[in-house]
Amino acid sequence: VNTALSTRPPEDDRRPGELTLRELLRWGWRQLTSMRTALVLLLLLALAAVPGSVIPQEGVDSLKTSTWQSDHPKLTPIYEKIGLFSVYDSVWFSAIYLLLMISLVGCILPRTLVYWRGLRAKPPAAPRNLGRLPEHASYSTSDDVDAVLDRARQLLRRRRYRISTTGEAVSAERGYLREAGNLLFHFSVLVVLVGFGLGSLFGYKGGVIVVQGSGFSNTVSQYDDFDPGRLFRADDMDPFYFKVDDFAADWLTSGPRAGMARGFTAGLSYQEDLDAPEKTYDLKVNHPLTIGDTDVFLIGHGYAPVITIRDGKGNEVTGGPTPFLPIDQTFQSIGVVKAQNAEPTQIGLEGEFYPTVAFSKQTGSYYSLFGKPVDPMVSLLVYTGDLHMSDGTSQSVYSLDKSDTTMLTKKNGAPYRLDLRPGQSVKLPHGLGTVSFDGLRPWVKIQISQTPGKWIALTGVVLALIGLLGSLFIRPRRVWVRARRERDGTLVEVAALDRSGGGDMAGVVDELVGALQGAARSASTDRKDES
Amino acid sequence: VTDVQWESLSNWAVAACGMVYFLALLAHLVEWASLRKVPVTAGAARESVDVPGGVVVATGPDGPADDADDSARRTAFFGRLGYLLTCLAVAVHLLGLAARGMAADPNRVPWGNMYEFTLTGTFVVAFLYVALYRKFRLAWMAPIVVAFVLTVLMVAVIWLYSPVAPLTEALSSYWLVIHVVSAIIATGAFTLGGITSALYLVKARSLAKNGPRESGYVARLPRLEVLDRVAYRMHAFGFPVWTFAVLITGPIWAHQAWSSYWNWDPKEVWAFITWVVYAAYLHARTTAGWKGRNAAILALVGMFTLWFNFIGINYFSTTSQHSYAEGAAVISTADR
Repeated sequence: VNTALSTRPPEDDRRPGELTLRELLRWGWRQLTSMRTALVLLLLLALAAVPGSVIPQEGVDSLKTSTWQSDHPKLTPIYEKIGLFSVYDSVWFSAIYLLLMISLVGCILPRTLVYWRGLRAKPPAAPRNLGRLPEHASYSTSDDVDAVLDRARQLLRRRRYRISTTGEAVSAERGYLREAGNLLFHFSVLVVLVGFGLGSLFGYKGGVIVVQGSGFSNTVSQYDDFDPGRLFRADDMDPFYFKVDDFAADWLTSGPRAGMARGFTAGLSYQEDLDAPEKTYDLKVNHPLTIGDTDVFLIGHGYAPVITIRDGKGNEVTGGPTPFLPIDQTFQSIGVVKAQNAEPTQIGLEGEFYPTVAFSKQTGSYYSLFGKPVDPMVSLLVYTGDLHMSDGTSQSVYSLDKSDTTMLTKKNGAPYRLDLRPGQSVKLPHGLGTVSFDGLRPWVKIQISQTPGKWIALTGVVLALIGLLGSLFIRPRRVWVRARRERDGTLVEVAALDRSGGGDMAGVVDELVGALQGAARSASTDRKDES
Repeated sequence: VTDVQWESLSNWAVAACGMVYFLALLAHLVEWASLRKVPVTAGAARESVDVPGGVVVATGPDGPADDADDSARRTAFFGRLGYLLTCLAVAVHLLGLAARGMAADPNRVPWGNMYEFTLTGTFVVAFLYVALYRKFRLAWMAPIVVAFVLTVLMVAVIWLYSPVAPLTEALSSYWLVIHVVSAIIATGAFTLGGITSALYLVKARSLAKNGPRESGYVARLPRLEVLDRVAYRMHAFGFPVWTFAVLITGPIWAHQAWSSYWNWDPKEVWAFITWVVYAAYLHARTTAGWKGRNAAILALVGMFTLWFNFIGINYFSTTSQHSYAEGAAVISTADR
């Protein structure tokens, strides 16, 4: 039992500088919500966003990322560890913006309370010495004090000031909405973040190549690539179906952009769900089709040669259009055709497609002149053996597993190459079968996305802009007019204080003084007229 | 008038406005060179000068008042000449832009490639300067703005030029007009604000090092508070316009063309960085310890990110969907 008399409070047992947990928390909160911290966090956010624009990002361009990774084997593990391939999902980037949001909440909550109380407060009384304010003016008049103050009140009210009078001075204030705009802006930033978060958590984005004449139903398994948000549920997908009826593009044949195509149009017929009536839509770039919550976009096109393989027994083992992927603007494309059921051995074809073929003597190879199929040709190499298609592992439809195959060669050892134009057919040696190029179909790359919360984000950013305009262009200011009886008339002092840091108060004071004097003059002339 | 004639008219007009900007720059250089030795009177130093020299009454001990009057009139004349030449250049510049749009078939807004963006960007900088000259008494800014516009215009003509071509598919949308116009207007305002902030730093440094000077360019700059306020006004105008361009129209258009309203595309990332830096500037201006010098530095950082994004990122990154280049269209009709 401590009976010793002491004036020292128990806390003083601590060493100097030591804080209790509560004090520490309060100190931390103050630090976090201070403007300086917010500024530093803002700058950190800007800095942290930079690497994502220089290093390829998985979520933006996964193909480019994997190419970069295989080019830089030493850097890749280090980069991967610190999340440099997905900067905008990384822990450190999220930490910065979450801290910024906490700092923002910590800033706007108390300010909203202050604003709420201040909203109904009277303008503060005039300082004792108006001449000390940066912008002030004074003049003498023969009118008495009450007349001057009356006029001042009238003029200021007309200029939409809030007014109160204490003694011989009128206090006026305007521009209360600036802080409201400021608070609205900061609050809206949170709304935008919520909308953005909903989209990336519950939404998805996927792409699929659809050949003209075929259809697509909106289920996960139908997509070529599918990128769902963390909380995405397949049940939320809109159950629509569409079919690509035709595809057209205008090819430019002259001018500096000759060879480029414009006016891509994919004619779709679609059903919003299985029971809905069929409708049609011309899908174009910049003109997506919206079905329910989902948007369907046309983002690319290419060609699918129809290549038929008949095996040694004469059975058609593969047929139909096979999409080839364009590798440049002339739509020279690469692709493979696989025939796993062919007898006596499996057959794989790999090669190029040229929409308008030409031969270069310089390189000794074919190339494409033009993206429009004026003189199309496929040039394919033939592989036989085990294509490893029934291993259970998934395989890209655009590449062959050549590990257990042999390339067909001519007697002189040169590769056996099939160069086929539409309608042509070639009999393979050793009784392997025949390959024919039966026609050409365009395909379109369709991007489909469901982005919940996009309207929330848009509303948020529009509100933020409105708030921003208010906070930048509403000029809060205080004006005081004091009138004092002196020996030979009334001394009127006018002063103004800019509260926004951007205003030029000299003009305000001059204008008010002018109006006061002008009003006085016209008032006095009125009086003369009456008399 | 055929498209080819429109195109050569545009090229001619751009060359001509370059010449006129150059003459305007010369006039301003003559003006400021002859002001170099003339001391700034106390009144002129306190308030920003409308036409530098016009207000100056130099009564140095060496020369009779007549001489000084004469020289003051001459500098005033060159100042006015420079301004008028700039106005003329801006008009010819506009003609060059309009002809560029008329030269395309079908006619279109002249915002299809980097050359045209830069042409428009410099036009907006020059136009805003000419339009705000009286309101903010920008005489002190004249040589710098004209030199800046001339330099960037030369970069556009020498390195960025490309012949008139139809818009790529992804660009032919009315959002092009809204998005690009707002982005370029904001760029113009930020650039003028950045120039003002740079001059603020120059003046602040000179004051700290040498104290108030009697004569010279720096002494004729407005007071620090005025520079700070003018810079703030320009930035405060630019920031909401930039917000509109980058965070409203950009995402809406991206959503229509590329299926996702925010793609973390390098151009978007840098536009966002610019936005964050200018947001920091606006906050810094009202924060103790950041006001003045640090805020001005932030404004310059903002201007750097802005122009790096405008021109630099196109050469730096090849993944950008904004890279308006003609090559390397893989499987996309979008303008990758």
